[in-house]
Amino acid sequence: MQFWLIQTLNSLALGGLLFLLSSGFSLIFGLQRIPNLAHGALFMLGAYIGTSLLAREVDFWLAAPLAGVLVGLLGVALERLVLRRLAGNEQGQVLVTLGVAFIIADLCLLVWTGDPIPVPAPEGLRRPVFLFGFAFPTYRLVVLGIAVAAAIGLFLLMERTRLGAMIRAGVDDPEMARGVGIRVSGLFTTVFCLGVALAGTAGVLGGPILSAYPGLDADMLPLALVVVILGGVGSLLGAFVGSFVVSSIYNFGTALFPDLAYVILFLPMVLALVFKPEGLFGRVRA
Amino acid sequence: MASDAAALSLSGVDSFYGDSHVLHGVGFALRPGRLLALLGRNGAGKTTCLATIMGFLRPRRGEIRLYGERISGLSPEAICRRGVGLVPQGRRVFRSLTVRENLAVAARGRGPWTVERVFELFPRLRERHGQLAGSLSGGEQQMLAIGRALMGNPRVLLMDEPSEGLAPQIVAEVGRIIGRLNAEGLSIVLVEQNVKMTLGLAHDVVIINTGAVVFEGPVEEARRDEARLAQHLGVF
Ligand SMILES: Nc1ncnc2c1ncn2[C@@H]1O[C@H](COP(=O)(O)OP(=O)(O)OP(=O)(O)O)[C@@H](O)[C@H]1O
Ligand SMILES: [Mg+2]
Repeated sequence: MQFWLIQTLNSLALGGLLFLLSSGFSLIFGLQRIPNLAHGALFMLGAYIGTSLLAREVDFWLAAPLAGVLVGLLGVALERLVLRRLAGNEQGQVLVTLGVAFIIADLCLLVWTGDPIPVPAPEGLRRPVFLFGFAFPTYRLVVLGIAVAAAIGLFLLMERTRLGAMIRAGVDDPEMARGVGIRVSGLFTTVFCLGVALAGTAGVLGGPILSAYPGLDADMLPLALVVVILGGVGSLLGAFVGSFVVSSIYNFGTALFPDLAYVILFLPMVLALVFKPEGLFGRVRA
Repeated sequence: MASDAAALSLSGVDSFYGDSHVLHGVGFALRPGRLLALLGRNGAGKTTCLATIMGFLRPRRGEIRLYGERISGLSPEAICRRGVGLVPQGRRVFRSLTVRENLAVAARGRGPWTVERVFELFPRLRERHGQLAGSLSGGEQQMLAIGRALMGNPRVLLMDEPSEGLAPQIVAEVGRIIGRLNAEGLSIVLVEQNVKMTLGLAHDVVIINTGAVVFEGPVEEARRDEARLAQHLGVF
């Protein structure tokens, strides 16, 4: 019983992190039409920046958003100075994001060395809470809560504000959006910055669960890809549901069938691509 | 020059899709307050012409002016903000936005057009204001596409086959609305396959054939020369 409860909670916490990572990935994919292959690296960069901030005695709850802001600024530079120049050349843009992913990974290795850096959970959240006679890791519950709050915030931004409506218009028909006066390229920068900042913040929040280590980027990016392919490109709801589905498959898969973890993870993606290429919540593009 | 007095003028415009040369030295002028019918067979280049005015395509040669100011070379968003509205072929409403959101995201500049005023023009849209645009009927989507273009408070409205694929009563209603907007002073370029309706609304006619202007003149002259109309437009 404790096994199932703990695995469920682990899945929910990982799902929360995955949502923070893949919601931005999905929005960028939907608007800019490109998978930002640097997204996993930016998550890892956030985690490493977090470790340095924590080492300088910065409070955990300040370090997470601060790392997000720094990673977001890097995203603005990447979007404005590099991706923008390749407008219309989607293949080139994807390759650039892959190149940037490698560069970031190398620089992280240089700055933070190859040894994993453990991240302690914030003070006060290290002891488990006891509910119904079971011990629950408090920090994971908090991560889940943050992810749910972020999901609500993003939902309100996308569905209840004019900015959100403009972004959705840009996803629906970018050319026509420009034709009604929407500055779609400015939206690109905004969404890229926001999405990447979420990834950076998630990197810090994930620290106490995953720690910071070389290869964290390559572990996270495929998960985000699967989430977005399952949930549908550009769909927040899809990213939300997809994150928890994927994290559950991943957690239970590795616990129950450790040798088949990747088969269990990627099989749904292959099936989705073959039978429902627009994803569970995606729209068929005109 | 006559084009100084024009709301919109094109001169010597050449447009390409990649290597394929579609518009060859297109030139015509729309005078303020008039309705200009842009006619031509399927594939003649009408949509390409409007896409070039809107900035979706950059002309390789020639220039386009709005009230004397050069707009060719500007981005679509800049051209829209200077006062050109487009009702595109196939309507292209934002399908995952509600009716009201479709209008709200297109609100620009100062002028008479607000969501409320569009709802007065099209009461059907008010009834469906919270519905996703993708779920509307063809006629309702066309009304929404027109309303969305008006939300930009345009000085010149470009309309690409607004009657395409609509039931006859709806076509008549759309025709009445176009006539009314024009009577209120809006300058309009109307692309249509429905030549009969269009000649009833237009002051001036431009006919293009394989990407070049073959006729430009007042509607009376176009009517007198039915042989030419038939030659360039096929039977109607
Ligand atoms: N995106 C495109 N890429 C390449 N060629 C195109 C493209 N769009 C249109 N064309 C070609 O340009 C020419 C003009 O097309 P356009 O759509 O402007 O014609 P049209 O007069 O609007 O026709 P219709 O009455 O069918 O709407 C056609 O030969 C068409 O095949
Ligand atoms: Mg056309």
